[in-house]
Amino acid sequence: MSRPAGAAPADLAPSETSLLEVSDLRKSYGERVVLADVDLVVRPHDVVCLIGSSGSGKSTLLRCLNLLEDIDDGVIRFDGREISDPRVDRRAVRSRMGMVFQAYNLFPHLTVLENCTLAPRRVHGLSRAEAEARARALLEQFGLSDQAGKHPDRLSGGQQQRAALVRALCTSPTLLLLDEITAALDPELVGEVLTIVRDLAEQGTTMILATHEMSFAREVATSVCFLHEGRILEQGPPDQILTAPREARTRQFLRRVLPG
Amino acid sequence: MSDSSAWSPSPRELERRLLRRRLRLRSTLIAATALVVVFVGLAVLVVTSPGWDRVREAFFNGHHARASLPEIRDAFWLNVKMFMIAEPLILVLALSLAIARSARSPWLVPLRVAAVGYTDVIRGIPTILLILLLGFGMPGLRLQGVPNSPFFWATTALVISYSAYVAEVFRSGIESIHPSQLASAEALGLGRAQTMRFVVVPQAVRRVVPPLLNDFVSLQKDTALASTLGVFEAVFVARDYTNYNFNYTPYVVVALFFVALTIPLARFTDWLGRRYAERERAGAR
Repeated sequence: MSRPAGAAPADLAPSETSLLEVSDLRKSYGERVVLADVDLVVRPHDVVCLIGSSGSGKSTLLRCLNLLEDIDDGVIRFDGREISDPRVDRRAVRSRMGMVFQAYNLFPHLTVLENCTLAPRRVHGLSRAEAEARARALLEQFGLSDQAGKHPDRLSGGQQQRAALVRALCTSPTLLLLDEITAALDPELVGEVLTIVRDLAEQGTTMILATHEMSFAREVATSVCFLHEGRILEQGPPDQILTAPREARTRQFLRRVLPG
Repeated sequence: MSDSSAWSPSPRELERRLLRRRLRLRSTLIAATALVVVFVGLAVLVVTSPGWDRVREAFFNGHHARASLPEIRDAFWLNVKMFMIAEPLILVLALSLAIARSARSPWLVPLRVAAVGYTDVIRGIPTILLILLLGFGMPGLRLQGVPNSPFFWATTALVISYSAYVAEVFRSGIESIHPSQLASAEALGLGRAQTMRFVVVPQAVRRVVPPLLNDFVSLQKDTALASTLGVFEAVFVARDYTNYNFNYTPYVVVALFFVALTIPLARFTDWLGRRYAERERAGAR
Protein backbone atom coordinates (compact mmCIF):
# COMPACT_ATOMS: atom_id res chain seq x y z
CA MET A 1 0.00 0.00 0.00
CA SER A 2 1.48 3.33 -0.93
CA ARG A 3 1.71 6.11 1.58
CA PRO A 4 -0.08 9.25 0.48
CA ALA A 5 2.47 11.76 -0.68
CA GLY A 6 2.70 14.85 1.47
CA ALA A 7 2.50 12.83 4.69
CA ALA A 8 5.79 12.75 6.50
CA PRO A 9 7.23 9.24 6.47
CA ALA A 10 7.43 7.95 10.02
CA ASP A 11 11.08 6.94 9.84
CA LEU A 12 12.15 10.44 8.87
CA ALA A 13 9.83 12.29 11.21
CA PRO A 14 11.39 11.98 14.67
CA SER A 15 13.12 15.18 15.50
CA GLU A 16 13.99 17.12 18.58
CA THR A 17 11.82 20.04 17.63
CA SER A 18 8.45 18.34 17.20
CA LEU A 19 5.91 18.56 19.99
CA LEU A 20 3.61 15.83 18.74
CA GLU A 21 4.34 13.00 16.36
CA VAL A 22 1.77 10.57 15.15
CA SER A 23 2.83 7.67 13.00
CA ASP A 24 0.75 4.95 11.38
CA LEU A 25 -2.16 5.58 13.70
CA ARG A 26 -5.06 3.20 13.30
CA LYS A 27 -8.37 3.17 15.07
CA SER A 28 -11.33 0.91 14.46
CA TYR A 29 -14.65 0.22 16.13
CA GLY A 30 -15.08 -3.48 15.57
CA GLU A 31 -15.00 -4.01 11.82
CA ARG A 32 -15.32 -0.33 11.01
CA VAL A 33 -11.94 1.32 10.46
CA VAL A 34 -12.23 5.01 11.32
CA LEU A 35 -8.55 6.00 11.11
CA ALA A 36 -5.78 4.33 9.15
CA ASP A 37 -2.13 5.15 8.44
CA VAL A 38 -2.37 8.60 9.96
CA ASP A 39 0.96 10.41 10.15
CA LEU A 40 1.18 13.86 11.62
CA VAL A 41 3.96 16.03 12.97
CA VAL A 42 3.21 19.13 15.02
CA ARG A 43 6.01 21.49 16.00
CA PRO A 44 5.73 24.12 18.73
CA HIS A 45 3.66 27.12 17.62
CA ASP A 46 2.11 25.16 14.76
CA VAL A 47 -1.56 25.56 14.03
CA VAL A 48 -2.74 22.42 12.28
CA CYS A 49 -6.20 22.45 10.74
CA LEU A 50 -7.97 19.16 10.09
CA ILE A 51 -10.53 19.47 7.33
CA GLY A 52 -12.78 16.91 5.69
CA SER A 53 -16.43 15.94 5.59
CA SER A 54 -18.31 14.65 8.63
CA GLY A 55 -17.31 11.12 9.47
CA SER A 56 -13.87 11.50 7.93
CA GLY A 57 -12.25 10.92 11.32
CA LYS A 58 -11.30 14.44 12.43
CA SER A 59 -12.93 14.21 15.85
CA THR A 60 -11.75 10.67 16.44
CA LEU A 61 -8.19 11.72 15.68
CA LEU A 62 -8.37 14.51 18.27
CA ARG A 63 -9.88 12.13 20.81
CA CYS A 64 -7.10 9.62 20.17
CA LEU A 65 -4.48 12.32 20.72
CA ASN A 66 -6.04 13.20 24.07
CA LEU A 67 -6.15 9.47 24.97
CA LEU A 68 -9.91 9.54 25.22
CA GLU A 69 -9.86 6.59 22.80
CA ASP A 70 -7.50 3.62 22.78
CA ILE A 71 -5.76 3.27 19.44
CA ASP A 72 -5.44 0.00 17.56
CA ASP A 73 -2.03 0.57 16.06
CA GLY A 74 0.64 3.18 15.55
CA VAL A 75 2.51 5.45 17.88
CA ILE A 76 1.73 8.85 19.36
CA ARG A 77 4.65 10.77 20.82
CA PHE A 78 4.08 13.92 22.83
CA ASP A 79 7.05 16.02 23.87
CA GLY A 80 9.41 13.15 23.11
CA ARG A 81 7.51 10.52 25.11
CA GLU A 82 5.35 7.81 23.69
CA ILE A 83 1.88 8.42 25.13
CA SER A 84 0.28 5.51 23.31
CA ASP A 85 2.02 3.18 25.75
CA PRO A 86 -0.54 1.49 28.03
CA ARG A 87 1.60 2.28 31.08
CA VAL A 88 1.54 6.00 30.51
CA ASP A 89 -0.25 8.15 33.10
CA ARG A 90 -3.17 9.46 31.08
CA ARG A 91 -4.00 12.16 33.58
CA ALA A 92 -0.48 13.53 33.44
CA VAL A 93 -0.66 13.67 29.64
CA ARG A 94 -4.07 15.30 29.63
CA SER A 95 -3.05 17.84 32.22
CA ARG A 96 -0.71 19.23 29.57
CA MET A 97 -3.28 19.23 26.77
CA GLY A 98 -6.40 21.33 26.56
CA MET A 99 -9.45 20.18 24.70
CA VAL A 100 -12.56 22.08 23.64
CA PHE A 101 -15.59 20.22 22.36
CA GLN A 102 -18.16 21.07 19.75
CA ALA A 103 -20.99 21.02 22.31
CA TYR A 104 -19.02 23.13 24.88
CA ASN A 105 -19.42 20.44 27.59
CA LEU A 106 -19.32 23.00 30.38
CA PHE A 107 -20.40 21.65 33.75
CA PRO A 108 -23.93 23.01 34.25
CA HIS A 109 -23.84 22.81 38.05
CA LEU A 110 -20.82 25.10 38.35
CA THR A 111 -20.53 28.80 37.58
CA VAL A 112 -18.30 29.89 34.72
CA LEU A 113 -15.57 30.81 37.19
CA GLU A 114 -15.87 27.47 38.97
CA ASN A 115 -15.73 25.67 35.61
CA CYS A 116 -12.49 27.49 34.91
CA THR A 117 -10.87 26.90 38.30
CA LEU A 118 -11.82 23.25 38.76
CA ALA A 119 -8.83 21.69 37.01
CA PRO A 120 -6.25 24.28 38.11
CA ARG A 121 -7.27 23.73 41.73
CA ARG A 122 -7.91 19.98 41.77
CA VAL A 123 -5.38 18.76 39.21
CA HIS A 124 -2.65 21.38 39.17
CA GLY A 125 -2.76 22.17 42.86
CA LEU A 126 -3.21 25.92 42.57
CA SER A 127 -4.72 27.74 45.50
CA ARG A 128 -8.21 29.09 45.08
CA ALA A 129 -6.93 32.64 44.93
CA GLU A 130 -4.29 31.89 42.29
CA ALA A 131 -6.71 29.88 40.16
CA GLU A 132 -9.38 32.56 40.36
CA ALA A 133 -6.95 35.33 39.56
CA ARG A 134 -5.79 33.53 36.44
CA ALA A 135 -9.31 32.58 35.40
CA ARG A 136 -10.57 36.13 35.89
CA ALA A 137 -7.68 37.53 33.87
CA LEU A 138 -8.48 35.19 30.98
CA LEU A 139 -12.22 35.79 31.24
CA GLU A 140 -11.51 39.51 31.16
CA GLN A 141 -9.31 39.09 28.11
CA PHE A 142 -12.06 37.18 26.31
CA GLY A 143 -14.79 39.63 27.27
CA LEU A 144 -16.48 37.39 29.78
CA SER A 145 -15.70 39.14 33.06
CA ASP A 146 -19.39 39.94 33.57
CA GLN A 147 -20.35 36.29 33.21
CA ALA A 148 -17.94 34.80 35.76
CA GLY A 149 -20.57 34.28 38.44
CA LYS A 150 -23.28 32.91 36.15
CA HIS A 151 -24.09 29.32 35.37
CA PRO A 152 -23.28 28.21 31.80
CA ASP A 153 -26.90 27.75 30.70
CA ARG A 154 -27.49 31.48 31.25
CA LEU A 155 -24.92 32.31 28.55
CA SER A 156 -25.31 32.51 24.79
CA GLY A 157 -23.72 29.81 22.67
CA GLY A 158 -20.80 32.02 21.71
CA GLN A 159 -20.21 32.99 25.32
CA GLN A 160 -20.38 29.36 26.40
CA GLN A 161 -17.84 28.32 23.81
CA ARG A 162 -15.54 31.18 24.81
CA ALA A 163 -15.92 30.08 28.43
CA ALA A 164 -15.02 26.53 27.39
CA LEU A 165 -11.91 27.91 25.69
CA VAL A 166 -10.98 29.80 28.84
CA ARG A 167 -11.52 26.64 30.86
CA ALA A 168 -9.09 24.80 28.60
CA LEU A 169 -6.57 27.65 28.72
CA CYS A 170 -6.62 28.04 32.50
CA THR A 171 -4.32 25.05 32.88
CA SER A 172 -1.76 26.62 30.48
CA PRO A 173 -1.77 23.62 28.15
CA THR A 174 1.21 22.89 25.92
CA LEU A 175 -1.12 21.74 23.17
CA LEU A 176 -4.68 22.80 22.51
CA LEU A 177 -7.13 20.48 20.73
CA LEU A 178 -10.22 22.16 19.30
CA ASP A 179 -12.96 19.90 17.98
CA GLU A 180 -15.19 21.86 15.57
CA ILE A 181 -15.71 24.47 18.21
CA THR A 182 -17.79 26.73 15.99
CA ALA A 183 -19.99 24.03 14.47
CA ALA A 184 -22.81 24.50 16.96
CA LEU A 185 -22.79 28.31 16.79
CA ASP A 186 -24.85 30.86 14.88
CA PRO A 187 -22.87 32.40 12.03
CA GLU A 188 -22.81 35.75 13.82
CA LEU A 189 -21.37 34.14 16.95
CA VAL A 190 -18.72 32.20 15.06
CA GLY A 191 -16.64 35.36 14.64
CA GLU A 192 -16.25 36.10 18.34
CA VAL A 193 -14.91 32.60 18.99
CA LEU A 194 -12.61 32.56 15.99
CA THR A 195 -11.16 35.94 16.96
CA ILE A 196 -9.97 34.35 20.18
CA VAL A 197 -8.46 31.39 18.39
CA ARG A 198 -6.73 33.79 16.03
CA ASP A 199 -5.29 35.70 19.00
CA LEU A 200 -4.10 32.45 20.53
CA ALA A 201 -2.42 31.51 17.26
CA GLU A 202 -0.68 34.85 17.16
CA GLN A 203 0.52 34.36 20.72
CA GLY A 204 2.16 31.14 19.54
CA THR A 205 -0.21 28.59 21.08
CA THR A 206 0.25 25.18 19.52
CA MET A 207 -3.11 23.97 18.29
CA ILE A 208 -4.73 21.18 16.36
CA LEU A 209 -8.21 22.07 15.27
CA ALA A 210 -10.90 20.29 13.35
CA THR A 211 -12.84 22.92 11.46
CA HIS A 212 -15.28 23.63 8.69
CA GLU A 213 -14.22 27.28 8.44
CA MET A 214 -12.02 27.22 5.36
CA SER A 215 -11.24 30.91 5.23
CA PHE A 216 -10.24 30.78 8.87
CA ALA A 217 -8.02 27.77 8.20
CA ARG A 218 -6.35 29.63 5.36
CA GLU A 219 -5.70 32.57 7.61
CA VAL A 220 -4.31 30.95 10.76
CA ALA A 221 -3.12 27.47 9.83
CA THR A 222 0.53 26.65 9.40
CA SER A 223 -0.56 23.41 7.81
CA VAL A 224 -3.83 21.89 6.66
CA CYS A 225 -4.63 18.18 6.60
CA PHE A 226 -7.43 16.86 4.46
CA LEU A 227 -8.96 13.71 5.89
CA HIS A 228 -10.98 11.33 3.79
CA GLU A 229 -12.38 8.03 5.07
CA GLY A 230 -10.01 7.98 8.00
CA ARG A 231 -6.84 8.79 6.11
CA ILE A 232 -4.86 11.98 5.72
CA LEU A 233 -5.09 12.20 1.98
CA GLU A 234 -3.05 15.32 1.65
CA GLN A 235 -1.35 17.81 3.94
CA GLY A 236 0.65 20.96 3.43
CA PRO A 237 0.58 24.72 3.81
CA PRO A 238 -2.93 26.18 3.55
CA ASP A 239 -2.25 28.06 0.33
CA GLN A 240 -1.32 24.86 -1.41
CA ILE A 241 -4.08 22.64 -0.03
CA LEU A 242 -6.89 25.15 -0.26
CA THR A 243 -6.05 26.69 -3.63
CA ALA A 244 -4.10 24.08 -5.56
CA PRO A 245 -4.88 20.67 -4.07
CA ARG A 246 -3.21 17.70 -5.65
CA GLU A 247 -5.89 15.11 -4.91
CA ALA A 248 -9.16 14.95 -6.81
CA ARG A 249 -11.08 14.21 -3.61
CA THR A 250 -9.73 17.33 -1.94
CA ARG A 251 -10.82 19.43 -4.92
CA GLN A 252 -14.23 17.79 -4.78
CA PHE A 253 -14.55 18.55 -1.05
CA LEU A 254 -13.41 22.15 -1.45
CA ARG A 255 -15.85 22.75 -4.28
CA ARG A 256 -18.64 21.75 -1.94
CA VAL A 257 -17.59 23.85 1.05
CA LEU A 258 -16.03 26.92 -0.53
CA PRO A 259 -18.46 29.58 -1.68
CA GLY A 260 -18.27 30.56 -5.33
CA MET B 1 -13.31 -0.22 4.43
CA SER B 2 -10.88 -1.00 1.69
CA ASP B 3 -7.92 -2.64 3.38
CA SER B 4 -9.19 -4.01 6.66
CA SER B 5 -8.02 -7.43 5.52
CA ALA B 6 -4.65 -6.18 4.30
CA TRP B 7 -3.76 -4.62 7.64
CA SER B 8 -1.75 -6.58 10.12
CA PRO B 9 -0.70 -5.24 13.52
CA SER B 10 2.76 -3.68 13.68
CA PRO B 11 5.37 -5.14 16.06
CA ARG B 12 4.79 -2.15 18.33
CA GLU B 13 1.07 -2.87 18.48
CA LEU B 14 1.68 -6.55 19.24
CA GLU B 15 4.04 -5.52 22.00
CA ARG B 16 1.40 -3.12 23.28
CA ARG B 17 -1.26 -5.82 23.28
CA LEU B 18 1.04 -8.06 25.29
CA LEU B 19 1.59 -5.20 27.70
CA ARG B 20 -2.14 -4.52 28.00
CA ARG B 21 -2.75 -8.18 28.70
CA ARG B 22 -0.05 -8.14 31.36
CA LEU B 23 -1.51 -5.04 32.96
CA ARG B 24 -4.95 -6.66 32.96
CA LEU B 25 -3.54 -9.81 34.50
CA ARG B 26 -1.85 -7.72 37.17
CA SER B 27 -5.10 -5.96 38.08
CA THR B 28 -6.89 -9.30 38.23
CA LEU B 29 -4.23 -10.66 40.57
CA ILE B 30 -4.39 -7.60 42.79
CA ALA B 31 -8.18 -7.83 42.88
CA ALA B 32 -8.14 -11.53 43.74
CA THR B 33 -5.55 -11.08 46.47
CA ALA B 34 -7.39 -8.14 47.99
CA LEU B 35 -10.63 -10.09 47.90
CA VAL B 36 -9.16 -13.13 49.63
CA VAL B 37 -7.29 -11.11 52.25
CA VAL B 38 -10.30 -9.01 53.20
CA PHE B 39 -12.87 -11.78 53.35
CA VAL B 40 -10.68 -14.47 54.85
CA GLY B 41 -9.57 -11.86 57.40
CA LEU B 42 -13.17 -11.08 58.32
CA ALA B 43 -14.06 -14.76 58.55
CA VAL B 44 -11.08 -15.44 60.82
CA LEU B 45 -12.06 -12.48 63.00
CA VAL B 46 -15.58 -13.87 63.46
CA VAL B 47 -14.55 -17.48 63.98
CA THR B 48 -11.86 -16.66 66.54
CA SER B 49 -14.13 -14.41 68.62
CA PRO B 50 -14.65 -15.75 72.15
CA GLY B 51 -18.38 -16.37 71.82
CA TRP B 52 -18.25 -17.95 68.38
CA ASP B 53 -19.05 -21.49 69.57
CA ARG B 54 -22.27 -20.43 71.24
CA VAL B 55 -23.30 -18.22 68.33
CA ARG B 56 -22.65 -21.01 65.88
CA GLU B 57 -24.77 -23.35 67.93
CA ALA B 58 -27.65 -20.85 68.18
CA PHE B 59 -27.60 -19.37 64.63
CA PHE B 60 -25.83 -21.80 62.31
CA ASN B 61 -27.07 -25.15 63.45
CA GLY B 62 -27.30 -27.63 60.60
CA HIS B 63 -29.93 -29.80 62.23
CA HIS B 64 -32.30 -26.91 62.93
CA ALA B 65 -31.69 -25.45 59.48
CA ARG B 66 -32.75 -28.70 57.88
CA ALA B 67 -35.66 -29.16 60.24
CA SER B 68 -37.12 -25.67 59.67
CA LEU B 69 -36.41 -25.50 55.95
CA PRO B 70 -39.57 -27.13 54.50
CA GLU B 71 -41.95 -25.00 56.56
CA ILE B 72 -40.05 -21.81 55.85
CA ARG B 73 -39.88 -22.60 52.16
CA ASP B 74 -43.63 -23.08 51.99
CA ALA B 75 -44.27 -19.94 54.00
CA PHE B 76 -41.83 -17.94 51.91
CA TRP B 77 -44.02 -18.64 48.92
CA LEU B 78 -46.58 -16.39 50.61
CA ASN B 79 -44.01 -13.56 50.74
CA VAL B 80 -43.28 -14.07 47.07
CA LYS B 81 -46.99 -14.05 46.25
CA MET B 82 -47.53 -10.86 48.25
CA PHE B 83 -44.64 -9.22 46.45
CA MET B 84 -45.74 -10.38 43.01
CA ILE B 85 -49.27 -9.07 43.54
CA ALA B 86 -48.20 -5.78 45.11
CA GLU B 87 -45.43 -4.92 42.68
CA PRO B 88 -47.41 -4.33 39.45
CA LEU B 89 -50.14 -2.53 41.38
CA ILE B 90 -47.56 -0.24 42.96
CA LEU B 91 -45.99 0.54 39.59
CA VAL B 92 -49.30 1.46 38.03
CA LEU B 93 -50.57 3.45 41.00
CA ALA B 94 -47.26 5.27 41.52
CA LEU B 95 -46.88 6.23 37.88
CA SER B 96 -50.46 7.51 37.82
CA LEU B 97 -49.77 9.57 40.94
CA ALA B 98 -46.59 11.01 39.44
CA ILE B 99 -48.31 11.90 36.18
CA ALA B 100 -51.25 13.40 38.08
CA ARG B 101 -48.81 15.61 39.95
CA SER B 102 -47.26 16.89 36.75
CA ALA B 103 -50.62 17.60 35.06
CA ARG B 104 -51.00 21.25 34.07
CA SER B 105 -54.64 21.43 33.00
CA PRO B 106 -56.80 23.57 35.34
CA TRP B 107 -59.46 20.86 35.28
CA LEU B 108 -57.05 18.44 36.82
CA VAL B 109 -56.11 20.59 39.80
CA PRO B 110 -58.24 18.49 42.22
CA LEU B 111 -56.36 15.43 41.04
CA ARG B 112 -53.06 17.16 41.60
CA VAL B 113 -54.02 18.24 45.09
CA ALA B 114 -55.18 14.72 45.90
CA ALA B 115 -51.92 13.25 44.59
CA VAL B 116 -49.81 15.68 46.61
CA GLY B 117 -51.84 15.01 49.75
CA TYR B 118 -51.62 11.26 49.25
CA THR B 119 -47.86 11.16 48.88
CA ASP B 120 -47.31 13.56 51.77
CA VAL B 121 -49.59 11.80 54.25
CA ILE B 122 -48.85 8.20 53.33
CA ARG B 123 -45.11 8.67 53.34
CA GLY B 124 -45.40 10.08 56.82
CA ILE B 125 -47.02 6.94 58.24
CA PRO B 126 -44.70 4.07 59.19
CA THR B 127 -45.54 1.05 57.01
CA ILE B 128 -46.02 -1.17 60.03
CA LEU B 129 -48.69 1.19 61.41
CA LEU B 130 -50.48 1.26 58.08
CA ILE B 131 -50.54 -2.54 58.08
CA LEU B 132 -51.89 -2.67 61.62
CA LEU B 133 -54.49 0.02 60.96
CA LEU B 134 -55.79 -1.60 57.80
CA GLY B 135 -55.43 -5.17 59.05
CA PHE B 136 -57.38 -4.60 62.24
CA GLY B 137 -59.54 -1.64 61.22
CA MET B 138 -60.93 -2.54 57.82
CA PRO B 139 -62.43 -5.92 58.76
CA GLY B 140 -64.16 -4.03 61.57
CA LEU B 141 -66.12 -2.05 58.98
CA ARG B 142 -67.77 -5.30 57.88
CA LEU B 143 -67.69 -4.21 54.25
CA GLN B 144 -69.59 -6.46 51.87
CA GLY B 145 -67.68 -8.08 49.03
CA VAL B 146 -64.25 -7.22 50.38
CA PRO B 147 -62.06 -10.02 51.72
CA ASN B 148 -61.25 -9.78 55.40
CA SER B 149 -58.12 -11.92 55.36
CA PRO B 150 -54.99 -10.45 56.95
CA PHE B 151 -53.10 -11.37 53.78
CA PHE B 152 -55.37 -9.14 51.70
CA TRP B 153 -55.08 -6.14 54.01
CA ALA B 154 -51.35 -6.52 54.52
CA THR B 155 -50.86 -6.53 50.76
CA THR B 156 -53.15 -3.53 50.36
CA ALA B 157 -51.24 -1.62 53.02
CA LEU B 158 -47.95 -2.36 51.26
CA VAL B 159 -49.40 -1.17 47.95
CA ILE B 160 -50.63 2.06 49.50
CA SER B 161 -47.42 2.76 51.36
CA TYR B 162 -44.99 1.91 48.58
CA SER B 163 -46.92 3.60 45.80
CA ALA B 164 -46.40 6.89 47.65
CA TYR B 165 -42.62 6.36 47.72
CA VAL B 166 -42.38 5.05 44.18
CA ALA B 167 -44.50 7.96 42.92
CA GLU B 168 -41.81 10.33 44.16
CA VAL B 169 -39.16 8.30 42.37
CA PHE B 170 -41.14 8.54 39.14
CA ARG B 171 -41.72 12.24 39.67
CA SER B 172 -38.01 12.95 40.09
CA GLY B 173 -37.42 10.98 36.89
CA ILE B 174 -40.05 12.98 35.02
CA GLU B 175 -38.66 16.27 36.28
CA SER B 176 -35.11 15.30 35.32
CA ILE B 177 -36.01 15.20 31.62
CA HIS B 178 -34.56 18.31 30.03
CA PRO B 179 -37.08 20.99 29.00
CA SER B 180 -35.67 20.87 25.48
CA GLN B 181 -37.28 17.43 25.12
CA LEU B 182 -40.66 18.92 25.99
CA ALA B 183 -40.07 21.76 23.58
CA SER B 184 -39.20 19.48 20.68
CA ALA B 185 -42.17 17.21 21.38
CA GLU B 186 -44.51 20.20 21.51
CA ALA B 187 -42.93 21.61 18.38
CA LEU B 188 -43.89 18.41 16.60
CA GLY B 189 -47.47 19.11 17.57
CA LEU B 190 -47.78 16.49 20.29
CA GLY B 191 -50.26 17.30 23.04
CA ARG B 192 -49.30 17.45 26.68
CA ALA B 193 -50.56 13.91 27.34
CA GLN B 194 -48.90 12.56 24.21
CA THR B 195 -45.64 14.26 25.17
CA MET B 196 -45.76 12.54 28.53
CA ARG B 197 -46.75 9.18 27.05
CA PHE B 198 -44.30 8.99 24.15
CA VAL B 199 -41.37 11.22 25.12
CA VAL B 200 -41.08 12.02 28.81
CA VAL B 201 -42.23 8.90 30.63
CA PRO B 202 -40.19 6.40 28.56
CA GLN B 203 -37.02 8.36 29.25
CA ALA B 204 -37.94 8.98 32.88
CA VAL B 205 -38.65 5.32 33.60
CA ARG B 206 -35.30 4.25 32.20
CA ARG B 207 -33.54 6.81 34.30
CA VAL B 208 -35.19 5.72 37.55
CA VAL B 209 -34.79 1.97 37.19
CA PRO B 210 -32.00 1.74 39.80
CA PRO B 211 -33.88 3.64 42.53
CA LEU B 212 -37.02 1.65 41.64
CA LEU B 213 -35.15 -1.55 42.23
CA ASN B 214 -34.06 -0.15 45.55
CA ASP B 215 -37.68 0.27 46.56
CA PHE B 216 -38.61 -3.20 45.29
CA VAL B 217 -35.91 -4.86 47.32
CA SER B 218 -37.20 -2.92 50.28
CA LEU B 219 -40.75 -4.09 49.47
CA GLN B 220 -39.66 -7.71 49.25
CA LYS B 221 -38.31 -7.46 52.76
CA ASP B 222 -41.27 -5.52 54.11
CA THR B 223 -43.58 -8.38 53.20
CA ALA B 224 -42.26 -9.73 56.50
CA LEU B 225 -44.26 -7.01 58.28
CA ALA B 226 -47.38 -9.02 57.46
CA SER B 227 -46.33 -11.27 60.35
CA THR B 228 -47.68 -8.57 62.68
CA LEU B 229 -51.18 -9.47 61.46
CA GLY B 230 -50.51 -13.16 62.04
CA VAL B 231 -50.04 -13.98 58.37
CA PHE B 232 -48.15 -17.24 58.16
CA GLU B 233 -45.32 -15.92 56.04
CA ALA B 234 -41.66 -16.91 56.37
CA VAL B 235 -40.62 -14.69 59.27
CA PHE B 236 -43.69 -15.65 61.28
CA VAL B 237 -43.00 -19.33 60.75
CA ALA B 238 -39.34 -18.89 61.65
CA ARG B 239 -40.25 -17.08 64.86
CA ASP B 240 -42.72 -19.82 65.64
CA TYR B 241 -40.02 -22.45 65.22
CA THR B 242 -37.57 -20.43 67.29
CA ASN B 243 -40.02 -20.09 70.15
CA TYR B 244 -40.50 -23.84 70.31
CA ASN B 245 -36.91 -24.96 69.86
CA PHE B 246 -34.84 -22.15 71.43
CA ASN B 247 -32.63 -21.90 68.38
CA TYR B 248 -32.27 -18.93 66.02
CA THR B 249 -31.04 -20.80 62.94
CA PRO B 250 -34.41 -20.37 61.13
CA TYR B 251 -33.86 -16.59 61.10
CA VAL B 252 -30.65 -17.12 59.14
CA VAL B 253 -32.50 -19.49 56.82
CA VAL B 254 -35.18 -16.85 56.14
CA ALA B 255 -32.50 -14.22 55.56
CA LEU B 256 -30.89 -16.48 52.95
CA PHE B 257 -34.25 -16.88 51.22
CA PHE B 258 -34.68 -13.10 51.01
CA VAL B 259 -31.14 -12.64 49.72
CA ALA B 260 -31.65 -15.35 47.12
CA LEU B 261 -34.71 -13.47 45.91
CA THR B 262 -33.11 -10.01 45.67
CA ILE B 263 -29.76 -10.82 44.06
CA PRO B 264 -31.15 -12.07 40.73
CA LEU B 265 -33.39 -8.99 40.59
CA ALA B 266 -30.40 -6.70 41.14
CA ARG B 267 -28.37 -8.44 38.43
CA PHE B 268 -31.28 -8.28 36.03
CA THR B 269 -31.73 -4.54 36.57
CA ASP B 270 -28.04 -3.87 36.08
CA TRP B 271 -28.13 -5.84 32.85
CA LEU B 272 -31.18 -3.92 31.69
CA GLY B 273 -29.55 -0.57 32.46
CA ARG B 274 -26.37 -1.53 30.63
CA ARG B 275 -28.34 -2.61 27.60
CA TYR B 276 -30.16 0.71 27.41
CA ALA B 277 -26.94 2.60 27.86
CA GLU B 278 -25.19 0.68 25.11
CA ARG B 279 -28.04 1.18 22.70
CA GLU B 280 -28.69 4.84 23.33
CA ARG B 281 -25.29 6.32 24.07
CA ALA B 282 -23.10 4.30 21.77
CA GLY B 283 -19.76 6.05 21.70
CA ALA B 284 -21.02 9.29 23.18
CA ARG B 285 -18.69 10.61 25.82
